[in-house]
Amino acid sequence: MNGAALRLTDVACLRGGRMLFRGVDLKLEPGGGALLTGPNGVGKSSLLRVCAGLLPAFAGTVERSGDIAMSDERLALDMEAPLAKALDFWARLDRAGPDRLAAALAAMALTPLAQVPVRMLSTGQRKRAMLARVIASGAGIWLLDEPGNGLDTASLALLGRAVADHLAAGGIVVAASHQPLPIAAPVTLALTDYRPDAVDQAA
Amino acid sequence: MLALLIRRDLRQAWASAGLWLPVAFLLLVASLYPFAVGPDAALLGRTGGGILWIAALLASLLPVDRLVAPDAQAGILDQIALRGIGEEMVVTARLVAHWLGFGPPLMLATLPAAALLKLDGATIVRLEVGLLIGTPALAALGLLVATLTAGLRSSGALAGLLALPLAVPLLIFGAGTLGDGSGAALKFLGAASLLLVAITPFAGGAAIRAGRE
Repeated sequence: MNGAALRLTDVACLRGGRMLFRGVDLKLEPGGGALLTGPNGVGKSSLLRVCAGLLPAFAGTVERSGDIAMSDERLALDMEAPLAKALDFWARLDRAGPDRLAAALAAMALTPLAQVPVRMLSTGQRKRAMLARVIASGAGIWLLDEPGNGLDTASLALLGRAVADHLAAGGIVVAASHQPLPIAAPVTLALTDYRPDAVDQAA
Repeated sequence: MLALLIRRDLRQAWASAGLWLPVAFLLLVASLYPFAVGPDAALLGRTGGGILWIAALLASLLPVDRLVAPDAQAGILDQIALRGIGEEMVVTARLVAHWLGFGPPLMLATLPAAALLKLDGATIVRLEVGLLIGTPALAALGLLVATLTAGLRSSGALAGLLALPLAVPLLIFGAGTLGDGSGAALKFLGAASLLLVAITPFAGGAAIRAGRE
């Protein structure tokens, strides 16, 4: 994960004919974290998808170096498979060994659930499974969309620790949330400031 | 990487009962057809091959709605894209897995179906050779239509409307091989099949990218 970097320059996002935000600048070096805040519909998830390259930026440039791992509202695990097997498919695509997957399961306190079919897991357990996939990926850049949703207090602490470890190891984290997260992020980006009308008023 | 994707797609097809559905459909058609036209062995033998081609074509449309749409909705295609794997690779893997789960079982089911329709040995051989060449094209066509209609409502009905006109050459040349000694129809079938198999990864990959929002 050495040399992970993420740089957004003057990024704008147009969705369904509506400009969600524009003029977003963000520069993250290894060990850098950013927290995207704002009410529902302000464009947090869209910005994360722009960072991931899944959505083209309407304007501006996105530069990435390093692999990307993302967790959003979609589980993307085979529902009928046991949790360990469903995660193993992604670990193989990420060329992560069984040790790394086991460590990720342990970090999210999922080891006792490894043989439970994914469809039997609760909301919070599913969220933790997605976070375990992010941890096991070994990617330098983590993009987390509402990572705290559905997590209880103990799980939130696990999330905070995983993010802190990742940042300490020189990774990058961009997390979007409408609620406070136990994540130490030096940069906070309030997306309401980048709404087109807000930008006009500032100019 | 490709092998991993193919293995997962095959496992998913097995889990969703997609493997035996086309087989059951073909056998059902073959057992219903004699009820409809009567047990005249000569008539059955003359028309049975064509009926089996139509059945194979329609059977290829059965699994279309679970080929791409569930994975697109579950975010699996996005997660694969995040790992730098091209959509063309995803569609290629899916095409291989879909054909493996669709072509050989259908060809096996054709044997009892041919017996039900009183086809003679030479016709059965020609039918199987035609299906061997034609089923990759049917699989490719179904997959292509599945990538185009993923994310749309009532995609199943739309898939049929989109696929059937494109399948006409396959049906003409495929059924044409049955009564044709020169092998020209077989060559045309091979050409149509190659074309569909070759364009599907690129057209399907582009469709998946365009459907992303």
